[in-house]
Amino acid sequence: MKPNAFNYVRAKSLDDIFSVFSEHGDEAKILAGGQSLIPTMNMRFAAPDVLIDVSDVDEMKGIQVIDNSLRIGAMSRHVDVLNSADVAEHSPLISMAMPNIAHATIRNRGTFGGSLCHADPASELPACTLALDAKFNIASATGSRTVAAADFIEGTYTTCMSENEVLVSVDVPSSTSDTVAFFDEIARRKGDYAMAGLAAKATVSDGKIANPRLVYFAVGDVALSSPSAEKILSGATITDIDTDAVCDAIASDIEPFDDLTTSGPAKLAMMKVLTRRALNAFSGNGGGS
Amino acid sequence: MTDAVAITINVNGETISQTVEPRLSLADFLRAEGLTGTHLGCEHGVCGACTVQVDGRTARGCLTLAIQCNGLEVETIEGATDKGSIVDLQEAFVEHNALQCGFCTPGMLMSVDELLRDNPSPSRDEIRDHLSGNYCRCTGYQSIVDAVEQVARQRAGGAQ
Repeated sequence: MKPNAFNYVRAKSLDDIFSVFSEHGDEAKILAGGQSLIPTMNMRFAAPDVLIDVSDVDEMKGIQVIDNSLRIGAMSRHVDVLNSADVAEHSPLISMAMPNIAHATIRNRGTFGGSLCHADPASELPACTLALDAKFNIASATGSRTVAAADFIEGTYTTCMSENEVLVSVDVPSSTSDTVAFFDEIARRKGDYAMAGLAAKATVSDGKIANPRLVYFAVGDVALSSPSAEKILSGATITDIDTDAVCDAIASDIEPFDDLTTSGPAKLAMMKVLTRRALNAFSGNGGGS
Repeated sequence: MTDAVAITINVNGETISQTVEPRLSLADFLRAEGLTGTHLGCEHGVCGACTVQVDGRTARGCLTLAIQCNGLEVETIEGATDKGSIVDLQEAFVEHNALQCGFCTPGMLMSVDELLRDNPSPSRDEIRDHLSGNYCRCTGYQSIVDAVEQVARQRAGGAQ
């Protein structure tokens, strides 16, 4: 399996990217880590005329703490996010999610921004960024804009970005000391696509839950939250959570799809298992895996 | 037809300059240079047989373009073997029957080499976790994990 022929440009700056876009339009695609794009091209599901390698674009690199927020450059490799002390401190949810992303060798090349732009329904980071209300910094030749996580991914493999835009970085609000994060997914083997997953967080103080977020992935076209379950949990006392009611609420909000390996009802059963684990974590009985 | 591009890659300590098509994978590039220890299995990043190291970290040779490695250092199973840096691993694989057909072995060894550099005394779970991206259809993995565990102990100065 070999890809179609294409031309290759190694961009040195955002302006380099925009100039290729202006010349080639949607026939040019961004190459970040290539761990999803290259297989797609090898199987000839995609055949862009030009690849723009952005691995030397400084504006898209690095992980910084800015005020009460973590700015993760789109070109940050998963391994660097996984090993970052700043990410561990300011965004435990993302740290917990990282080891679940594919295999070590894929994490060495794959990137934070690339995974988000790929928008695979079974991927971890869309759910994390939605649970954390992250902001996506997008640039084009005519300017930049910032998009909320809820608006960034529009469907399977589909984002809000137009063909002349590039994701530069993602801003994640820093976790507070009373925030409890939970991440877990159920896959057939370590590193396989999740059959169902959950990125969750809540603030827990004086035994009460506030601002709960439960975001499920691999169960629909996009990562899905459960507003009804979040409503039940909001203000609840951790020693007195009606777990069955929370699980019923999830089932009323989300009807998981069937995918190639797992039926919708099986996914729903897994979502309830993950939810019980998350509620245990909120109660202080151990975090996610 | 697309424009061929001149690239220079340091492969196993030796500078190789070539003109390549952009679509040429790193694995195909290496094999065309006679370094056929890097095997191509699935060619979409699943099996791990093509695992090499780029600037000291493992990479899928099939999901990395040769042109992306312009100016970088690549190490293959041939380089690691010549250097003698994994001779204990290779001996332990033989001793434990951690290979049968051998197709996965070069990729497996390149991954284990990285694991033991990052984490000199991994648990069996950590070994399995790190090797989860390398498929072996012969051994059932048990003997591979045994071999890695033994080398970790040996390198720590412990007895077998």
